[in-house]
Amino acid sequence: MPVESLFPRLEPLLPSVQKPIQYVGGELNSQLKDWDETAVRWALMYPDAYEVGQPNQGVQILYEILNERDGVLAERTYSVWPDMEAVMREHGIPQFTVDAHRPVGAFDVFGVSFSTELGYTNLLTALDLAGIPLDAADRTGDHPIVIAGGHAAFNPEPIADFIDAAVLGDGEEISLAITEVIREWKDEGEPGGRDELLLRLAASGGVYVPRFYDVTYLPDGRIQRVAPNRTGVPWRIEKHTVMDLDQWPYPKKPLVPLAETVHERFSVEIFRGCTRGCRFCQAGMITRPVRERSITTIGNMVEQGLAESGFQEVGLLSLSSADHSEIGDVAKGLADRYEGTNTSLSLPSTRVDAFNITLANEFSRGGRRSGLTFAPEGGSERMRKVINKMVSEDDLIRTVSTAYENGWRQVKLYFMCGLPTEEDEDVLAIAGMAKRVIQAGREATGRRDIRCTVSIGGFVPKAHTPFQWAAQCDHETVDRRLHALKDALRGDKEYGRAIGLRYHDGQPSIIEGLLSRGDRRVGKVIRAVWEDGGRFDGWSEHFSYERWTSCAGKAFAGEPVDVAWYTVRERDEVEVLPWDHLDAGLDREWLWQDWQDAVDETEVEDCRWTPCYDCGVCPTMGTEIQIGPTGKKLLPLSVV
Amino acid sequence: MPEGPAPAPVTQRLRVRYAKRGRLRFTSHRDISRAVERAVRRAGIPVAYSAGFTPHPKISYAGAAATGVASEAEYLEIGLTETRDPARVRADLDAALPPGLDIVDVVPAGAGRGDAPVKPAAFADRLQASEWRIRLDGVAERDAAAAVAAFMAAPEIEVERLTKKGRRRFDVRAAVSVCELDRRAAEAVDAPCAILRMVVRHSTPAVRPDDILTGLRQVADLAPPSPPLVTRLAQGPLDADTGGLADPLDPDREIGLPSGDDAATARGQERPQPGDAASADAVSA
Repeated sequence: MPVESLFPRLEPLLPSVQKPIQYVGGELNSQLKDWDETAVRWALMYPDAYEVGQPNQGVQILYEILNERDGVLAERTYSVWPDMEAVMREHGIPQFTVDAHRPVGAFDVFGVSFSTELGYTNLLTALDLAGIPLDAADRTGDHPIVIAGGHAAFNPEPIADFIDAAVLGDGEEISLAITEVIREWKDEGEPGGRDELLLRLAASGGVYVPRFYDVTYLPDGRIQRVAPNRTGVPWRIEKHTVMDLDQWPYPKKPLVPLAETVHERFSVEIFRGCTRGCRFCQAGMITRPVRERSITTIGNMVEQGLAESGFQEVGLLSLSSADHSEIGDVAKGLADRYEGTNTSLSLPSTRVDAFNITLANEFSRGGRRSGLTFAPEGGSERMRKVINKMVSEDDLIRTVSTAYENGWRQVKLYFMCGLPTEEDEDVLAIAGMAKRVIQAGREATGRRDIRCTVSIGGFVPKAHTPFQWAAQCDHETVDRRLHALKDALRGDKEYGRAIGLRYHDGQPSIIEGLLSRGDRRVGKVIRAVWEDGGRFDGWSEHFSYERWTSCAGKAFAGEPVDVAWYTVRERDEVEVLPWDHLDAGLDREWLWQDWQDAVDETEVEDCRWTPCYDCGVCPTMGTEIQIGPTGKKLLPLSVV
Repeated sequence: MPEGPAPAPVTQRLRVRYAKRGRLRFTSHRDISRAVERAVRRAGIPVAYSAGFTPHPKISYAGAAATGVASEAEYLEIGLTETRDPARVRADLDAALPPGLDIVDVVPAGAGRGDAPVKPAAFADRLQASEWRIRLDGVAERDAAAAVAAFMAAPEIEVERLTKKGRRRFDVRAAVSVCELDRRAAEAVDAPCAILRMVVRHSTPAVRPDDILTGLRQVADLAPPSPPLVTRLAQGPLDADTGGLADPLDPDREIGLPSGDDAATARGQERPQPGDAASADAVSA
């Protein structure tokens, strides 16, 4: 059955919406495949506005991998802004893909990638606009299978009612495996309908189908048990780990947006995973083990990606990019190759040490030196021991002194507020640290125009981390500490004016906390908020704390739980956590021990350079750390 | 202080006529400038960069059609550090741009008729007027004809628009030298519609096609049921006798560089995008 493009109906409406270019597609390297020539069709979504979603690596990688396969088609869709939503509802235009403007409801799979829980209400908007029933239980063979992925999918329970399935971990291989299951089932004439397809996916062990698991609760609100309600589905669902990143060098042909987006660059993931063991960091915990891309593959990907896109900037991505075993050679090799071409290189997410200044110098050779960013995360030495961020204040001062000596004038420091065991003085210590930074900069350079910006985020405990049992700090306390810090900085005559402070108030973190550690009962709240008009919760101009709390109050009426129960309550060791049946590879006992170590201010080393501390990932997942060095160097590019 | 050697100097300036067609008419000027910068890099064109902390490629734009307005005649100038064959640049740059942003013509910036080199500002001076086509879907030809007649008969038509300097009232009639119905083009379209063709002088404040539509509504209650499809067909020096527009790149061609032949062919090209309503009816250009 041919599926018509919605564009002719959409086009006359575009002049009436903001930034219409985000809805028209036609980006360089985007692909159009014949609908009728393909057997399995994916609509991939990043549930935020195009400007945020388009650069997302996960979606771009899957888009390319799926479209490379014969008989498989993938198109992209993003959240539409409220003005567009209104226009679409008025004219009866369903959620569409930007590639061929096909209705999302016509695809076999609707895959949604969640980097953050704050995209949940946007999922509901997309489902509703697509004409897909919000409740997975109400869907029929006419509707796509709705699959959640991304880091937030490691606890998909709050959206369990709305999704058909969730996939944990790296998507490259499992998306192809799912495609094959669907292709087979369709070839066989779709036996058993939607239910059998989901059962086949669930039985494969790599796909979590919430409806095949029953959750029972204790009278006090805690979970009693999560158990399969079908034979053939596993008790635990494992995450997926791609073991050889050199075999998956994507994106090869990066999508180049016409509209302005948040990251206008070609990004290469130089490794996945991180074993530094920062206890607050969900990404570091759920993406283990460390798997490096080789210097040779990185060089090839950069070369091809720049040639295919025309981007002027390359970002070397990972959770802690300076930790790549050959980062020095990568940096020097790329800087040599692209010297004089006005190509800039950036290295987001670096740790605090002097080596990074050498790297930064390499990357900014002949270019601008605006600012360097470091993330001590905790203001006091004690706090940093609790979160296992092993950097001393003296280390930081040495590093920034070197930076200022090398011509950098501005340093940005990232911290968190509301960490477990935090006291007022831990946050106030940030002021002392920032002042020492300015002092060191002035001494190192003999200049007064030294600047430092302090950025503070609210800490949210996440699933599959040692802090998954912790009480989240209430927003009143977070706000009080931040105001005290602000006063301490503002009141300082000698340094105050050289230090900028950026922070957000604590309320959004509480809602993020509710969604991060929530269970299936939270789904009612998400739905109520969405029905009340909640959209784009990651955007401060759209987010409403009052809406969330009032909807939660109504949705939880008669239940022994409330927002505080999910957020500021500490859990004990035996409590069944909503995500305990989802396996990120981490040994639960090790996580608990690490949580106890945190409270005791005991640090853990990085297992790349010290013996294994038994987090559990490698043995249970059958994986291992893969790091260099390879000993190879990047050769100059031959001139074409 | 930026380190390293001074950027390579400009040795060749190319003037480029490009089109934005079909769905890509929804690109803003900033979108186009990013797309062109990337295309230049993809195509390996040796563009010159400015000096300074953030070097910028030397690409300058002469005006720009508004977001949502299609155009067959937009202009930019690009400074190169090495001399290139303009025909090759046209082909390479066009291939590196997404379909819908199309390079129509490339000529080396000439010295002009006099001896003094022509500065970019002087090139912008050649763009004295624009020829527009406005397709009004669902508007009866008779109503459109009456509105056009009333418009042309009025000595002055004041409209109000929010400009960068706030709300302003200005006359839209004086800038319009031609405004007529293109019956043949309208007949070629399946749906009932009226198509206007007009020549509008560039003035300050600029009289835009939507200002003229406002004027048509004021003088004759012409209210199209759906958004008009506006296409800039040409820009250039206004011939006072014929009322038509000359090619603004002709003065550059007159100094006889080898690009002339190629450019002439390119000028005649019409490359409508398949399945694309806006450019499918761009054939009357």
